[in-house]
Amino acid sequence: MSQTIASTHTQHGAEAHGHGHDGHAHGDHGHAHDPNLAHHFDSLQQQFDSAKLGIWLFLATEVLFFGGLFVAYAILRMSHPEIFSYASHYLDTVMGGINTCVLILSSVTMAMAVRFAQTNRRGGLIACLILTFMGAIGFLIIKYFEYSHKIHDNLVWGPSFYVPPHDAEGDAEAKMLKTAPAAPGAAIVVNNPATFAIPDLAAKPAVDASAVKPASVGPTGVARASGAPAPAPAAEPAPGHSEEAHPGTHLEDKAMPPNTHLFFAIYYAMTGLHGIHVVAGMGVLAWLTWRAIRGDFSSKNFTAVDTGGLYWHIVDLIWIFLFPLFYLIH
Amino acid sequence: MTTIPLPSSGPVRDTIEARPEGDNYLTHTRGLFSWIFTLDHKRIGVMYMWSVLGAFLLGGIFALLVRTELLTPGPTITEDANTYNQWFTLHGAIMVFLVIIPSIPAALGNIILPVMLGAKDVAFPRLNLFSYYLWVTGAILCIASLAMGGFDTGWTFYTPYSTTTTAGGVIPVLTAAFVLGFSSIFTGLNFVVTVHKLRPPGMTWFRMPLFLWALYATAIIQVLATPVLGITLLLLIVERTVNIGIFNPAMGGDPVLYQHFFWFYSHPAVYIMILPAMGIISEIIAVNSHRSIFGYRFIAFSSIAIAMFSFIVWGHHMFTSGQSALLNTLFSAISFSVAIPSAVKVFNWIATLYKGSVSLTTPMWYALAFLFLFTIGGLTGLHLATLSTDVHLHDTYFVVAHFHYVMMGSALIAMIGGLHHWWPKIFGRMYDERLGTIACWIIFIGFNVTFFTQFILGAKGMPRRYYDYQPEFQVYHVISTIGSYTMAFGFVLTAVSLFGSFFTGRKAPANPWGGRSLEWQCASPPPFDNFAKAPRVGDCYDFSVVHWDEKTGGYWVDESADPEVNPGAGGAKAAH
Repeated sequence: MSQTIASTHTQHGAEAHGHGHDGHAHGDHGHAHDPNLAHHFDSLQQQFDSAKLGIWLFLATEVLFFGGLFVAYAILRMSHPEIFSYASHYLDTVMGGINTCVLILSSVTMAMAVRFAQTNRRGGLIACLILTFMGAIGFLIIKYFEYSHKIHDNLVWGPSFYVPPHDAEGDAEAKMLKTAPAAPGAAIVVNNPATFAIPDLAAKPAVDASAVKPASVGPTGVARASGAPAPAPAAEPAPGHSEEAHPGTHLEDKAMPPNTHLFFAIYYAMTGLHGIHVVAGMGVLAWLTWRAIRGDFSSKNFTAVDTGGLYWHIVDLIWIFLFPLFYLIH
Repeated sequence: MTTIPLPSSGPVRDTIEARPEGDNYLTHTRGLFSWIFTLDHKRIGVMYMWSVLGAFLLGGIFALLVRTELLTPGPTITEDANTYNQWFTLHGAIMVFLVIIPSIPAALGNIILPVMLGAKDVAFPRLNLFSYYLWVTGAILCIASLAMGGFDTGWTFYTPYSTTTTAGGVIPVLTAAFVLGFSSIFTGLNFVVTVHKLRPPGMTWFRMPLFLWALYATAIIQVLATPVLGITLLLLIVERTVNIGIFNPAMGGDPVLYQHFFWFYSHPAVYIMILPAMGIISEIIAVNSHRSIFGYRFIAFSSIAIAMFSFIVWGHHMFTSGQSALLNTLFSAISFSVAIPSAVKVFNWIATLYKGSVSLTTPMWYALAFLFLFTIGGLTGLHLATLSTDVHLHDTYFVVAHFHYVMMGSALIAMIGGLHHWWPKIFGRMYDERLGTIACWIIFIGFNVTFFTQFILGAKGMPRRYYDYQPEFQVYHVISTIGSYTMAFGFVLTAVSLFGSFFTGRKAPANPWGGRSLEWQCASPPPFDNFAKAPRVGDCYDFSVVHWDEKTGGYWVDESADPEVNPGAGGAKAAH
């Protein structure tokens, strides 16, 4: 972080609070001097530094929060590599790629917003904040189309994955909700029993051989009971599933490995949580925009833009890890 | 203790007496809203304290119900084994998430940390208040889960039982733990920033009182470990509501992954409980021995070492879960090594007592009880970290006894000790020392009767969490239950002694015990912004400049004699 308040020798205002708190001192015991300086800080520099350390720590907790999911992803992928190499084809790389660009661009506009705030250019600041906000909306719209397409095809988590997609959507959803809280083992609706049984990999040469190392080298989950190397797939594993996915094909696809729903479970868990963070980020951006329009920010007082921007970058960064881990397995 | 006449106007006295009589943080503003929306760390700490003590009462009642039920094999006070399951689950969940984790950092830490540091408040007062209300939300959800069908999963929520049990209160209590986790994260975040950024001039890292080192180490664990619990609980909630199957073996998921996730947080959480307790003990022992703490740097660094180790020992909860032999061995070895920094602390405390001028005040009795109980709790941990003995002792009452010695016998006893230590500071009243000491002894005896018996019970093979048991175990269960009633009586006496101080206690002097750290240099109770001007920081363990004053019934610090505050002060001091 290049900017320091003291270096400019001006009375800077800085916000004390990392995320979503207005930092004006009031309440129990306000002091009379600079309205931007909370009573318990000695200087604006100290206040700015505290906010900065606070937001970095908060970002560390975010990384660890997602870290749990990344570990779950790693464990699942290690124990079921065939599921990941197979199911990844159902994801739309183009849409995912566009979304990656959208988020990176929104990070650029966010960085510019911080710069504009530091250099007192209110118009540029407002424009960049709005552009960033639009990026968030664009991301969510594309995500909405991706999700709804998959939900339409029943490419979802849990038992509903095994419901033929030609059921009315409402039905499928109702079934999903109905079966959910009951004993999960018993509740799974198995339309194609072969796809949801004890993993019997030797019988199902579903795996793209290029993705799976021989049992002797590969992770434990791939080891075959027979000890034989993975039988080479008879055909390409359904090239371009994603583009021409006919509704319902995944259940009829003989190449589908057992427990493929797990891929979608972790996919929805991770992208869903990321989506929630995008929505929270939109809240932050809206609040920053409102304050920017009100004229709160200046070279003397830009901590809120700075910390909000850091939050937005982490949301972006997490997506940059999610995209290759799910979409670009091949 | 020689009596030295007070100087007519000392530098210390200024900050205390420059204020109007009776104006302190408790009286500075009035009315309910001045408390509900307060941003003052001391008031937030006091609200935390009452809330945590309320939860402690509730958790204690469930403990007594559990112990009473176990008086006889088979039904005693409830016919329904499931009700018993709910009792011990609630006891565990309340005591861990609502009481012990927030008790020292959030309640005492909030009140004491900024004052001890010489700051006016924590770095983010609003966030501080927010984390208190997160705690309240968590507590309400926890209680609400009772009304929604209760939960019988044990406080560890192991899958697949927690995802398949029909008890209706599981999701509310998972949400409660999730919310409480964030309350804990924000407190930790606040403390880390406060310690880094709000230290006044002169308060270098190695002049910080050891309580602050302990809180700092704790805060780091809170910030780094708790998010993992958050995501774990979230996954469990999703698993239960929409059945995603990540932890469900029937759907290709991995239930042991849940255990790894859970203990990755919950083992460090054990140190979230014990580290601040160790900090309190360092303070109480140094102040009441009137002698500089022995091995300051060792104690400080051992706090950090324990915090680091805490992240790499979680697998010792899972020796019987089918971990690989290699992992088991590694986790066992690392778990042993936690004993080193823990023992470093214990030996340093004992060395501080040696040739000290020990005042046996109530907090000191609690500190001595801590030394005894923590040693037992720590050493029995080594039995459990040994792979071969753990196979026999796993999930028996031996484990129950072990973690009660650490979590209750150490963390909670230190919390009560700290409460006595800083009670005069917080409320400006002295409690009845004699009653407090008697209560401490009763708790100490009751505690050992309750839990030492359980070591024997567990070694003989009594599994934990059972509603029914073989008749040959009954005699131990009866002894244990009698001990728990004794303890309950001790806690009632403690409450009488503390609450009695409001009615009959004499007004507390600023420095009733002879402490040297900054909180004893501001009035009791402290003024609303702690220090009118940044206090001058000396050696917080140099008790040679602390003198008894008959007139106020407390001590005063002769700062002018402290070479670190006043460089001109005699060379004799510098030589010491």
